[in-house]
Amino acid sequence: MSDSDLLNGNFVAWMDSRAGSESDIVISSRIRLARNLQYITFPYFMNAESGNKSMQEISDAWKNSESELLSQMDLITFDQISSLDRQILVEKHLISPEHGLSEESYRGLLVSKDGSIAIMINEEDHLRIQCLLPGLQMEKCYKLAQEIDDELEQCLNYAFDEQRGYLTSCPTNVGTGMRASVMLHLPGIAISGQRTRIFQNINQLGMTVRGLYGEGTEIVGNYVQLSNQITLGQTENEIITNLGIISRQIVEQEKMLRKSLQEEMKYQLEDRVGRAYGILTNARVMNSNEALALLSDVRLGVDLGIIEGISPFVINQLVVAIKPAHLQKRTGGEMEAFIRDVKRAEVIKEILLKSSK
Amino acid sequence: MFCDDCKQKPATVHLTQMVNGKKIDMHLCTECAAQKGFLLFDHDKKFSIPNFLGSFLGSDFNLQDVHSMASANSCTNCGMSFADIRQTGKLGCSECYKAFDTELEPTLRRIHGNSNHVGKIPVRGGEKVFLKKEMGELKSKLQQAIKEENYEQAAEIRDKIKGLEKVINEEGSR
Repeated sequence: MSDSDLLNGNFVAWMDSRAGSESDIVISSRIRLARNLQYITFPYFMNAESGNKSMQEISDAWKNSESELLSQMDLITFDQISSLDRQILVEKHLISPEHGLSEESYRGLLVSKDGSIAIMINEEDHLRIQCLLPGLQMEKCYKLAQEIDDELEQCLNYAFDEQRGYLTSCPTNVGTGMRASVMLHLPGIAISGQRTRIFQNINQLGMTVRGLYGEGTEIVGNYVQLSNQITLGQTENEIITNLGIISRQIVEQEKMLRKSLQEEMKYQLEDRVGRAYGILTNARVMNSNEALALLSDVRLGVDLGIIEGISPFVINQLVVAIKPAHLQKRTGGEMEAFIRDVKRAEVIKEILLKSSK
Repeated sequence: MFCDDCKQKPATVHLTQMVNGKKIDMHLCTECAAQKGFLLFDHDKKFSIPNFLGSFLGSDFNLQDVHSMASANSCTNCGMSFADIRQTGKLGCSECYKAFDTELEPTLRRIHGNSNHVGKIPVRGGEKVFLKKEMGELKSKLQQAIKEENYEQAAEIRDKIKGLEKVINEEGSR
């Protein structure tokens, strides 16, 4: 797999539901470390000169590293790829939507072949080391991210203060600079109308809930992103442990609700799943939100054995494959919204029917 | 004229948008416009996250104070003033944290409930931190030795402290 596969294909490491535990509910785990270089202006205010300087130092550190992990990665600067390709990276969760909008040569991405490690360069911070794996694998993500961090640190002068920790562009990230998050698929909680009850107190636990694409995105397709809010005054291990405990509790709730749906509303549930599958395999026009909602029902059906023959892996891929940039890549041209909805229906039908044979 | 979207209510919001160089006119009713986020446009902008954070920053000082702080004090490395930081909710560079330490302290407490880092320390940049920690330990050992009138040991510790001071000073001037 090469970076061109990341740009042309549908696959990225976090989709592989066969790896990682609880992957019927926890889609993926992510660790993100924010790091900055001392003295160089932070990316929010940077000009070409300071941008080039930080890009130079970071790419030198990468080139000079003897670490196997780093040397197998590819550097993509955003002047090299089209805005469509950047959007592809956003849809695969490798870069943030804001980062995808920039096209300067001093902004970019250092990425492993399978997309499990993605280091955003000159996004909000000089470095955002991200590790993304399928299922609940917080510790492994953390270990990988630390390995990269330690390796880069040998060549880079990190901005660090003994009292404040790792210094970041935004004071909400200072300290560990670490954001740990899990992407959860929670149809059971949603169908039984428990979402508000379960998540209403989550902020008091130092956690925050977001939609599929992070900050400021709404919850669609019953995908919920849970992450730590506090980065200062807690150790990395405390943050991971807390998130792990809360994730497991939510997973338990979801399992319980799925079970009671199966027991008490068997026909309604099977009807819902069957209808969703029927619409997805027969519709001719499909917008993104409708597709995500129906795919969520089908995924629930797959997880509960109501639908057989479709792997959860295929659904994970579909969720990304039906996004605008991925559809555009497939057809090779810009499309207006309606044509895109037609194409989306075609892609869903094709992939679902092929995989259920 | 009826709303383009629901086609039921009269259009009261008239919008012109440029999308990919194409001009698009929209006529919406209040409800549909609100749903699409087109209502209260300016109002929304004021509530963007950086500004939200900005109002957090230095909210213990009134605006006049912030302006006088800004003129008196700016980061020597990047030139950012505290008023700039307040406006964007973002710091300019690593040295801003030192320049605006007092102003940031209450904000950090409010965001994190805490203002002291307890997590990972980088190996290289953290050398000084380790040395300082060691220094602190030596000093308390020295106190202990003097208290116990163990002067031989105290002299040993004093020499160690001197040696460590030298290392720290060299680190600092490097």
